[in-house]
Amino acid sequence: MGEIDTSSSGGKKDGKVRSKKMSTRVDFTPMVDLAFLLITFFMLTTTLSKPQSMELNMPEKDVDKEDRQKINDEQAVTIMLAKDDKIYYYEGMPPKDGEAPPNITETSFDPNKGIRKYLLQRNAKVLNEIKPLRAKLQSGQINEEQYRKSVAEIKKNDTKGIIVLIKPHKLSKYKNMVDILDEMAICDVPRYAIVDLAPAEQLILDEYAKR
Amino acid sequence: MGKVKVPRKSTNIDMTAMCDVAFLLLTFFILTAKFKPNEPIVVDTPSSVADKKLPEDKVITISVDKKGRIFFGVDNIQVRGKILDRAAAEKKFSVTAEQRKKFQNIASFGVPMNELPKFLNMDFSQHSDPNVQKGIPIDTTNKYQRSELTEWIQYSRLAYKEVTNSAPFVAIKADYDVNYPVVQDIINTLQSPRVKINKFNLITNLEKKPQN
Repeated sequence: MGEIDTSSSGGKKDGKVRSKKMSTRVDFTPMVDLAFLLITFFMLTTTLSKPQSMELNMPEKDVDKEDRQKINDEQAVTIMLAKDDKIYYYEGMPPKDGEAPPNITETSFDPNKGIRKYLLQRNAKVLNEIKPLRAKLQSGQINEEQYRKSVAEIKKNDTKGIIVLIKPHKLSKYKNMVDILDEMAICDVPRYAIVDLAPAEQLILDEYAKR
Repeated sequence: MGKVKVPRKSTNIDMTAMCDVAFLLLTFFILTAKFKPNEPIVVDTPSSVADKKLPEDKVITISVDKKGRIFFGVDNIQVRGKILDRAAAEKKFSVTAEQRKKFQNIASFGVPMNELPKFLNMDFSQHSDPNVQKGIPIDTTNKYQRSELTEWIQYSRLAYKEVTNSAPFVAIKADYDVNYPVVQDIINTLQSPRVKINKFNLITNLEKKPQN
């Protein structure tokens, strides 16, 4: 392939010695190979070096308590992140000081039987509304932007759905927090917030951590 | 004797044009490429399904490594110079032109304010020593005092305002294994009345979203 053809004119009988004319053509194939290799390298490194990020909006701290949205008892779900990737959750409002929260359930980040199963079940109404949209998106009837807009609309209108309070314990890892925020995105939970543990919950989790 | 020879066409193609194009593209990519800045710490970010890209510029990055050391970095070289000037003015230490230039070349740093002049006299090779960069202190002795992280964020916001005339984004790049209280402290710092940043980015790796 990469030969430079300088057809030898050897074997002429009439003794005339001619200086060989070298072809001026150079084969560029290896050079092109190299160039494309480098192009590929630079393309990959430029696109891969930009990190992905997750946007996080925290509620403002110094807003008066009365301005805040009221949470109904049946809407609230408190998810507590504990040591060793464990999750404890309970339904209903956080307990007042001194009260123990009702029925705490232990679960995990397992994608099949962990917290996701519970959230998908609780958030079924929103998910059922999103399902036809996703089908439309996949068949190309609507574009990405329209899809996002409609999903945001559905989430906004869902005023009766669950409100998740995420409360990481001091022995949990940063990874747990990102994972639970991920679960919120996967399950399309309309409303959630990261809040501090109530003192009663703190005590319970401290107790669980010793086990 | 009467064999008819079919003239064989050469299979060689002139590669010159292709070579030109290839090198043109190569030059373009080299010139537009921005290499990842050399970071003094290793941070394994957790993976998530969030697929938003981090904004291209005007980013303040607060990194946290496995041991919980906090590092601070701004992406704009002019801003880096300005925050050092401001820190020097407020903490009353002097900075030489050489030190300032060195500071501008550092993508992120994690030294307490009082060790900063010493740090800037060191060689780049010494910067990766864990005893040199202990992390930026985030705690305060009383609630009227600003933590050093708060100070750096305030300096950077003012500097971004001067240089780019707009507010920067804040990104937290924490290791997946770091304890939650460290991240909580950073979030509390960002939300504190002096800083009031309620919207920020968490840098993560991309993971595929499961189809449910």
